[in-house]
Formats: sequence, structure tokens, C-alpha cells
Amino acid sequence: MDLTVFWIFGVIAMGSALLCITRKNPIASALWLVVTLFALAALFVLLDAQFIAALQVLVYAGAIMVLFLFVIMLLNLGRPGPTDIKGPAGLLIAAVLAGALLLQLRVLSQATVPSAIQLPAGTVSALQQQQGIIGSVANPLFGTYLIPFEIASVLLLAAIVGAVVLAKRKL
Amino acid sequence: MLLSPALAISAVLFTLGVAGVLFRRNAIVIFMCVELMLNAVNLTFVALAQSLGMGGQVFVFFVMAVAAAEAAVGLAIILAVYRHKQSVSLQNMNLLKDG
Repeated sequence: MDLTVFWIFGVIAMGSALLCITRKNPIASALWLVVTLFALAALFVLLDAQFIAALQVLVYAGAIMVLFLFVIMLLNLGRPGPTDIKGPAGLLIAAVLAGALLLQLRVLSQATVPSAIQLPAGTVSALQQQQGIIGSVANPLFGTYLIPFEIASVLLLAAIVGAVVLAKRKL
Repeated sequence: MLLSPALAISAVLFTLGVAGVLFRRNAIVIFMCVELMLNAVNLTFVALAQSLGMGGQVFVFFVMAVAAAEAAVGLAIILAVYRHKQSVSLQNMNLLKDG
């Protein structure tokens, strides 16, 4: 049952990603990417990551994609015009390189996780029962990963300042 | 149990992102393809977090923070380039090309 639902959302994600990269109109591309992000959020729920799924919808499908749509509409890129997809030679090179990459990734994903570092099945669900869904992410985030968390806040500050400086006409 | 389908879907999504970067010329669409690649990696992290502990889910949190910062700065750069050249096509961005 889980596996069927997983594949349904996986096929939705892959199909809308394909539509996203082949649509000529950037607005259509962005909206198909939103569909992909929602399907990925569903996959995250099935993989016991409910908090990450909520973040995916809020941050990616909400904030980041709205930013993209905002810029596309600000620059008036939705109007019909010549296509930006490269010619046959470019398509062929892209297809060959992408095919090679897919092959490598398939081989790579055959590798099995060494059983010495693998947790017994159901550990994550048990942890979520014990600490709560958010608590099980928050405990390592504010414990083991506290320094990276603080560095991420500095990164976001730098990004805010950088975006304001770059987008301003005259400082 | 869901690990291998998740890795397969993630591989396909990452490949689609790379293909998009390779055959589009619109800077904003290429940017969206980069977001697609980041999401494919997030799916791998979440899938492996099931058998390797919660560190994977915490890392997805950091990837999202970096993606948000990248989107803000990148779109500001695209806006600045558009103001300069009236275009977001990468064909017109050859200022450093010789000749």
C-alpha cells in the first residue's frame, strides 16, 4: 500500500519535473516545479519526515517559488517569444550527458548501507513516538548541530544584505 | 523498504535538473533546474535518514537554508543583469569571452 502511494507520487514528481524543464513559458515551468515540490513533500511524509514535508511546502513551494514567480512577472518574461531551448546539437549533448549521469547514479544507488552503521528498522518511528515529530529533529539541531545552525543564520543575514545591495539601482 | 524507489526517483529528478541546465538558455529556468537538483538530493537525505539516524533530516534543513539564500542572491543578480542588458538569456552574457 505504502509502496503504491510512494510510486504514484514519485511518478507525479518525475512527470512534472519533465514538464518543468520542457515548457517554453517560464511561468508554466515555475508552476510545474511547484507540483514537483508538492509531490516531493508527499514522499517526505511517506519516509517518516513529516516536519521536513511541512517545511518543504512552506519554504520551497511557498516562499522560494513565489520569489521566482515574482521575478518572472517583474521582468515580464511570460510574453510569447522565441524559444530558449537549444538546437538539436545542444539537445543531443544534453541527452548524452544526462544519460551517462543517470547510469552512474543507478549504479551508485545499488550500493548497500553497511550493516554496522545501520539502525534497526523502526528506530526513527520509535524516536518520533518518544520525542515527538518536531522534537526528534529539534534535539540534534540544537544539540549536535548547534554551530552549523548559528552559521546558517549568518549565511541568511549575508544573503539578505547581498540581495538588497545587488537589486538596488543606486546605493 | 522505500529506500531503493526513493533513490531511483531521486536519481531521475537530479538527471532532469542537469538536463534542464544543459539545454535551456533562460537564466531563471536554469535556476529552477538547480532547485530541482537540490530537491533530488534532499529526497536522498530523507530516505537514508530512515536507516542512518536523524542527522539526514537535520541536513535537509541546512540545504533549505542555503537554497533560500541562493535564490535571493541569484534572483537579485538576474535582476541586475536584466537592468543592464534587457535580457536574461545566457547567450547575451559573454562579457568575459575573448573577441
